[in-house]
Amino acid sequence: MPAMRMSMSLIRCENLSFAYDGVTVLRDVNFSVEDGDYLLIIGENGAGKSTLMKGLLGLKKPAAGSVEFGEGLTSTQIGYLPQQTQVQKDFPASVSEVVLSGCLSGMGLWPFYGKTEKAAQSMEVLEITDLKDQCYRDLSGGQQQRVLLARALCATRKLILLDEPVAGLDPLVTVNMYKLIDRINKEMGITVIMVSHDMQAAANYATHILHLGEDRQLFFGTVREYRHSASYHKFMGGENAVRIWRKGSDNEETRRYHAGRAAADKEGE
Amino acid sequence: MPAAPLLIKRESKLGELIIKMFTYPFMLRAFCVGSLVALCAALLGVTLVLKRYSMIGDGLSHVGFGAMAIATAMNAAPLAVAIPVVIAASILLLRLTESSKINGDAAVALISTSALAVGVLVISMSTGMNTDVYNYLFGSILSMTEQDVLLTVLTSAAVLVLFILFYNRIFAVTFDETFARATGMNTGLYNTVISVLTALVIVVGMRMMGSLLISSLVVFPAVTSMRVCRTFRSVMICAAVVSVVCLNVGLTISYLYAVPTGASIVLCNMAAFALFCALGYIVPQVRERLQSSGKTI
Repeated sequence: MPAMRMSMSLIRCENLSFAYDGVTVLRDVNFSVEDGDYLLIIGENGAGKSTLMKGLLGLKKPAAGSVEFGEGLTSTQIGYLPQQTQVQKDFPASVSEVVLSGCLSGMGLWPFYGKTEKAAQSMEVLEITDLKDQCYRDLSGGQQQRVLLARALCATRKLILLDEPVAGLDPLVTVNMYKLIDRINKEMGITVIMVSHDMQAAANYATHILHLGEDRQLFFGTVREYRHSASYHKFMGGENAVRIWRKGSDNEETRRYHAGRAAADKEGE
Repeated sequence: MPAAPLLIKRESKLGELIIKMFTYPFMLRAFCVGSLVALCAALLGVTLVLKRYSMIGDGLSHVGFGAMAIATAMNAAPLAVAIPVVIAASILLLRLTESSKINGDAAVALISTSALAVGVLVISMSTGMNTDVYNYLFGSILSMTEQDVLLTVLTSAAVLVLFILFYNRIFAVTFDETFARATGMNTGLYNTVISVLTALVIVVGMRMMGSLLISSLVVFPAVTSMRVCRTFRSVMICAAVVSVVCLNVGLTISYLYAVPTGASIVLCNMAAFALFCALGYIVPQVRERLQSSGKTI
């Protein structure tokens, strides 16, 4: 019964395409996200990751295809963690002011914050309760990211969408950030969609991968399937290539890389 | 002891002068209107400065100057012409910036210089440089009419009510517009409301401050309070208080020493800015010292 399964998915994208001023930047994207999944969206710069995110959030209308949301979810009920802007870095606001602003979407037309338990709970989960009266601009990069993640949690019950959550963080903070996101996924049962460059580390936690390249979808499936796919080897090959070329010798590794690359190209065609 | 009576005499003279100041209806009007404009400009200013729209006030005041020049040439009521024109300009600026076809600051420069040029041409073809024109440029508390007072009170009431009702949403739109839009907020509406209110405050404040100096009321209090305050709410409250205090002190100085009102208000704001810069340097150190001494005890 395919119709039944369709309604079960939290998000289902079919033949989704996006265009700017008539130029298609992403075409025929097909994937679905189930409750509790941890989807990693990867791809090089300009592969259309940000555009896809905007499409899921309802900020950009698709040129073709559809985004369907499952029961109890609309595009405005997604907890979104955007990339930080220059404006925010020196913004005079306390941590609790920022976190509370995530609760606005649940308020309807009412002008003031009512219950604030959700904000308190999110700050508890992200271990920033003791920072709540601190000024946002005085925090470290990792703390700021946790504040914005707490705000995203306030805005949702089911799904968070993270745009490069570890960009600019140092390795130790990055690991902690990934652990926190994993806890939100496993313990709170919140579905995670994450865009990241950091394929290796992120893949340790993700359940599914969506690989975008140039202007189309190269792969969608579970992490296990992805490890055996051509696009994985191509993607990883691209990173290894620098290391191999630096060695400058015609060793086993180089030969395997070129063979893999040729196979991947063939598959791509 | 000749010094003490002299001091008392001087003090009482100053007091007398200040009391006498309030007996003039135009001064009383200036204090009321000025305080209201300063309050609204400061509140809007915090949002505008944080959104990097500081120059919008300057641009709109030039548009206001152009509109008033045309109104004078046509013998129309200045405000009746200026208000719709400036509101239209502010919405146009917002649209230009949002569509990002032209940079925000470039758009402000384009619109403000064009309006100024139109104003200068119209003036040279009609009345020539006279006191009216001078007053538009540098402001005058004498030029305020009953109509201006009424309009100011209405505008300020609108700004205050909207600010209280939409305070949390204005914070969200200022801090992170993308997030606000993603969570279903109509950010376009809030931006339009903010620019319309800014246009109104600029036009009303222009009569007093002059079109060349009115943008200081928008920018100074916000920047000043950000030196010391560390939460959005406290920045708002502090900016409002600083703005109103500076306006009243500036107005008093301008009365006592017979200097232009707008300029003396700007200088007061500058002094407040310097004071807050110093405080911003001292307060964190004191706080740190207090904390460390608290730990050792």
